[in-house]
Order: sequence, then structure tokens, then C-alpha cells
Amino acid sequence: MVASRTDSSNPARIPALGIRLIVLLFASIVLMVLDHRQNHLGAVRQAIGTAVYPLQVIVDSPFRLWEWARDSTADRNQLQLELSRLQAERLLTNARLQRMTALEAENARLRDLLEARAQVRDEVRVAEIMAVDANPYRHNIVIDIGEREGAYDGQAIVDVAGVIGQIIETGLTTSQAMLISDPSHSLPVEVNRNGLRTIANGTGEFGRLVLPFVTNNADIRPGDLLVTSGLGGAFPAGYPVAIIDTVNRIPQEPFADVTATPAAALDQVREVMLIWSSAQPREEKPGAEEPNDE
Amino acid sequence: MSRAGSAGRLPVILTIIVSLMLMVMPLPDWAMPFRPDWVALTLIYWAMMLPRTWSVGTAWMIGIVLDVAQGTILGQHALALCFIVFITVRFHLLMRVFPMQQLTATVFAILALYQFVLFWINGVAGIDAPPVKYWGPVISGTLFWPVVSLLLSGVRLRVRHGR
Repeated sequence: MVASRTDSSNPARIPALGIRLIVLLFASIVLMVLDHRQNHLGAVRQAIGTAVYPLQVIVDSPFRLWEWARDSTADRNQLQLELSRLQAERLLTNARLQRMTALEAENARLRDLLEARAQVRDEVRVAEIMAVDANPYRHNIVIDIGEREGAYDGQAIVDVAGVIGQIIETGLTTSQAMLISDPSHSLPVEVNRNGLRTIANGTGEFGRLVLPFVTNNADIRPGDLLVTSGLGGAFPAGYPVAIIDTVNRIPQEPFADVTATPAAALDQVREVMLIWSSAQPREEKPGAEEPNDE
Repeated sequence: MSRAGSAGRLPVILTIIVSLMLMVMPLPDWAMPFRPDWVALTLIYWAMMLPRTWSVGTAWMIGIVLDVAQGTILGQHALALCFIVFITVRFHLLMRVFPMQQLTATVFAILALYQFVLFWINGVAGIDAPPVKYWGPVISGTLFWPVVSLLLSGVRLRVRHGR
């Protein structure tokens, strides 16, 4: 804290203000260089982040309370309706799962025949997005799972419909994640129909991605599903990312102008799933809960 | 007027914490670019009224906390807040006697400067953001300034009479 001095004769003079300013400006610049260019300050961030955590919880709590109140006061009729809907859904999913088990077995057998590397299942865990706004200049979210639960930098985050983003900074109990719609986010994808590999970049809009490196003669058309290719190493392969929106072939340009709509509703989700892919073995921290294997 | 004992510090700290909470409070998408810089407004007020206790050092520390809470480059808000608080402290006697319109205009200029520093740091770091994200907070912050200063002067007067 700033030392409060006793009043001097001249009330307009604050002692050593200029010197303090210069020292602090210099300190900020050093911090920024260390943080941005060298990424040395993870521990410092984490320490201060732990102090900020109560603030985030307080801000988040009215929203949780509201949700809890809404859930616990929902009337009987509504609950029954939801129950029957869920039961119907479960029946459907179970039926699909049965086929899936058979297919998985077949897939494993075929892979065995081809002597390909066995596909290991990914571990997932549900996280909740905290009602906290992060960096105003970027598309970031804060989720309620941190390093204590085994989250790591670069970890993939998906929801029921598709890929959401990846973790860029882990705190002890919360993490910051960058959405795929952030202008500085790139994601290696492939077209599900024919395996054409390319890159999907964010645009700063929630509902739009661009594919800047698709050649004019590439086999790609509106309606194609893009899935993660797993080539970047961060994302496990095969998760849906987006659906091709428009393909605009410009004859004099080397690349076509292709846009896609993210499969996940990036600005509406509240629950997301963290993936521990087989490529990155999960480091179990003592005291962490067992994740639900899926 | 500008002297505050340790008893007077707690309310000020509380107002700063509230302003930090308002900074991370979720807003609907359309309102997000127009979130006033609550922390900047609060610090400008206290630097103007109690410059001996709340000055560049406080601004720097609060700035670091803000950087961590928002995930910006560590030191970005610290530098910008430090800078505008310095200017406020430098001219605090002048600003105190300004009528409200003139003071609001001054706050507009200070907030614009604040956003310019943030913009400039983002530019050096290669982070691109639409201009509305820089101008929105300046406009809304200026509009909210009379309310904020009224509320904070309520806090200040109560503390003074309480002692």
C-alpha cells in the first residue's frame, strides 16, 4: 500500500509522485514483457488468481442461486413432462449405444486385422462455465475445473454438439479457456465426407469460422461436416467442429473463400466437457475425484 | 480533507472490491462492449479526493488483480490505471473545484486516455479487437460518472462523520 505521509505545508504536493510513477510504469513494462514474450509468470498469475477466486464465486453465486431456485420450484407437471422426455431420450440413446458397442467391437477387430494402433477411449469430465466475464478483447470463458482436478494447458473442451475451445490458462480451481471463435484461434480440421484436411480460424463472431486455406478446386461444399483431425496434437480426432456454410470460389485467387458455422452454440452453453485424450496421459493429482469414464 | 486514517480505509477498499466484481459480472452480449470501467472510475474518484492515501501504488496493485481476473497481459491494466491515477492526483485540486459538467468532460478525457493506453499495449502485443470495445467503455463510463461520484461521495461523507 502507498505510504500515507503527514501533510506537508503545500497540500498540492504529493511526495515523490513522479518517481513512484516511473518505477511502477517500469515494473509494469517488465511484467508485460515477461508475461507476453516469455510466459514466465504462470505461478504468479496462479497465486493472484487464487486470491481473485472468491470474487468470481461471489459474482457467480446469484446466478447459481437463481438456477437452483428455478429447479427446486419447478412444478410437478413440468417435472413429469421433463421426466418422460428424458426417458424417451434415454431409450433412443440406449438403442443407439447397442449398435455402437457392436460397431466398436467390429472396429477393434478390423484394426487388429490391419495391425493399426488401437484407439483408446478419451476420458471426459463435465465442467460448468462460471458466470464470469473474462478478457474483454478476446473470446474467453472461465470454467470451474482447475489444475487440482488435472486440467492442463491446451486441453480440449467440447459440449454435446461439438468442439468449444481449449484451455489457455489453468488456475488451482478454475481455468480460462479460449473459444474456437476467437480471432487468434486456429484448429486443424478435416472434412468428414472425404478426409480433406485444412485449418479453421475464428473470426471474433460466435457463429462464424473461416477456412482460409482451401484451394479453389478442393472438393468441399455447403453442408459438409468438419471434424477435428487430431493433427495439431491438442485436440483428439473425430469431434464435430462446424458445418460448411458458404463456399465462394474466386477464380483469380489461390484459395476459395469458405465460411462455416460452429456445431456448438458457443454463446449459449453452460455445461461443457473436458477431454483427457489418449495422447496426453492424465496426471492424477492426489485428492482429485475419479472422472466418469465414457 | 485529504487525510484518511486506517479507520477510513476499509470503506474505500470495499468500494474497490465492488468495482472489481462489477468488472467480471456477466452482461448480455449487446451490453458487453459498453461495460463502464468501474475500477477506473472508482480509482479516479478516490485519487481525486484522498490522493495521499490512494495513489499510483494502489492503482498498480488493483491493476495487477484486474489483469489476472480478466486474463489480459499481466501489467496492462496496471500500467494504464497507474498512468491515469497519476494524472488525476497531479490535478486533483483543480478537479475538485470543477463544476459537474466540466469534471465529467475531464473524466471523459481521462477514460479516453486509459483506453488508448490499453489499445496501444494490445497493438504492441498483436491483439486485435474491434474499436467499439475501446470506445464503448469511454462513453458509458462518462455517462455513469455522475452517479458513481455521487455514490462514492456518500460513502466518503459517511465515513468522515462517523469518526
